[in-house]
Amino acid sequence: MSLLALSDITIRYSRLTAVREVSFSMTEGEILFITGPNGAGKSSLLRAIAGVTPVAGGKIQLAGQDITGQAPENIARLGLSMVPEGREVFGSLTIEENLLVGTGMQTRDRNSRARTASDLEAVYTIFPILKDRRNGQAGLLSGGQQQMLVIGRALMTNPRLIAIDEPSLGLAPNITDQVYERLIALQAQRQLTLLIVEQSSARAMMVGGRMILMRGGQIVLDGDARTLGSGEAIQAAYFGYEDH
Amino acid sequence: MLQTLFDALSLGSLYALGALGIALIFGVMRLVNFAHGDVIAFCVFALLWPSTDAMAIVFAGQLPWYLLVPFVLLCGAGLSVLCEIVVFRRFRNANPATMMIASFALGFVIRYFLLMLYSSRPKSISLLPALSQPVEIFGARLPLLQLITIVATMAILIGLTLFLRQTRFGLEMRAAAENFSMARMLGVRANRVIMGAFALSGALAGAIALIFGSQTGTVDIQMGASIMLMAFIATVIGGLGSLGGAVLAGFLLGAASVVMQVALPVDARPFRDAFVYGAVILVLLFRPQGLIAARGTKERV
Repeated sequence: MSLLALSDITIRYSRLTAVREVSFSMTEGEILFITGPNGAGKSSLLRAIAGVTPVAGGKIQLAGQDITGQAPENIARLGLSMVPEGREVFGSLTIEENLLVGTGMQTRDRNSRARTASDLEAVYTIFPILKDRRNGQAGLLSGGQQQMLVIGRALMTNPRLIAIDEPSLGLAPNITDQVYERLIALQAQRQLTLLIVEQSSARAMMVGGRMILMRGGQIVLDGDARTLGSGEAIQAAYFGYEDH
Repeated sequence: MLQTLFDALSLGSLYALGALGIALIFGVMRLVNFAHGDVIAFCVFALLWPSTDAMAIVFAGQLPWYLLVPFVLLCGAGLSVLCEIVVFRRFRNANPATMMIASFALGFVIRYFLLMLYSSRPKSISLLPALSQPVEIFGARLPLLQLITIVATMAILIGLTLFLRQTRFGLEMRAAAENFSMARMLGVRANRVIMGAFALSGALAGAIALIFGSQTGTVDIQMGASIMLMAFIATVIGGLGSLGGAVLAGFLLGAASVVMQVALPVDARPFRDAFVYGAVILVLLFRPQGLIAARGTKERV
């Protein structure tokens, strides 16, 4: 059964249609890249899945439940953890507080305190820099460190699906490499399901997995990132050469 | 000298508490709640039995202080939460100007509701009379009330800080104040946080009502409005949404008022408020973002 399924999703901003009847689904443990040029509707799609942007039509299902039009906090409770564009750390909170914001939805019982502590320790093991500065203000971290923090923050909720919007945005290429290295290692280790939006398809080809290419609010290509990435088909799709 | 200091602190306390009540709500929902002053007035009137007689019929006001204080705080919190559920919830996604106008309207509704029940005539009430006894400290004779005002305000500020820093709910409120949508994506329940902010803000209104009511000895449906204006100015100077800034600016405003009352030449004293507001304009010219800019407002485009 698919973990996430979108059918005929349409998103409009007043009269502008950003996403037009997009359908796809993903299974547990999969890495799916959504790529495409600026304005293709990638981020809108992600925001709609997270419940932040309303959809004008269609249906979104997460783990078999209809989440269309649900409040973001309820979707988060069903296991979606969102890492939005621009990272959006809580800059005035400490690093540890940032990590703890998302732990409130876990069921409270005798073990919850211990579980949170061990989750925290796990994140600190992956990103030791966060542990070193745990009581420092998150706003003072560098861009790359903030990206690690928000990935850690997403992990803290023990999600079934992590959606990441442009993790490379504003980061130096070597820092982006580091972020991806950790992310992919994590994915293999924990069997995470990752939905990643990136503007460039180069990263998807490098990492592998499945890739969807969007342009003008629609899906133009869907397939294995490595095979799709070679050849001119992708260039044509990305830039829309076939129109001419 | 000491007298002036205490005057400044106790007036500043009122402004600081008022500003805090406004800043709390602004932080989580970008609403400048002009009904806050009327919540304060409501809390004072809650002590009286509804009647349009000139004489106040003291009702809840006769309770011993350990029941009176929680009663008034609960009244404030209750009314404030009710306002959220009945009115502001419907404006959640409206633009800030619309919400502000709605809050004006709501304020008038509360005020005229009080007017209907109690008439517009100010009434005298002797609230906690034991507190008006003077005490002598370092040669200055201070009303006990002034001392209690300052101590209570400090206690409230410390309590609120601890609440925001140490509790789960406080963490969620701070996260939501900085970036509401991100907090929701991490499972923070919007309704719970906003209702919590309204409850806290209402309880603060109750505290102001108690202090102001016992200081002035009168109840008046306009009484909230005067504090509200100064408190609103304090939130703006402090940096809208910044709790620390609101408190700081509240105390500064209180100090400015008291100092000018003392220092201005006698002829200029009637125009004290003009000087205070002039100082406010000066501050805003140099720091338009407020003394302590709140993070959530800065980055939003």
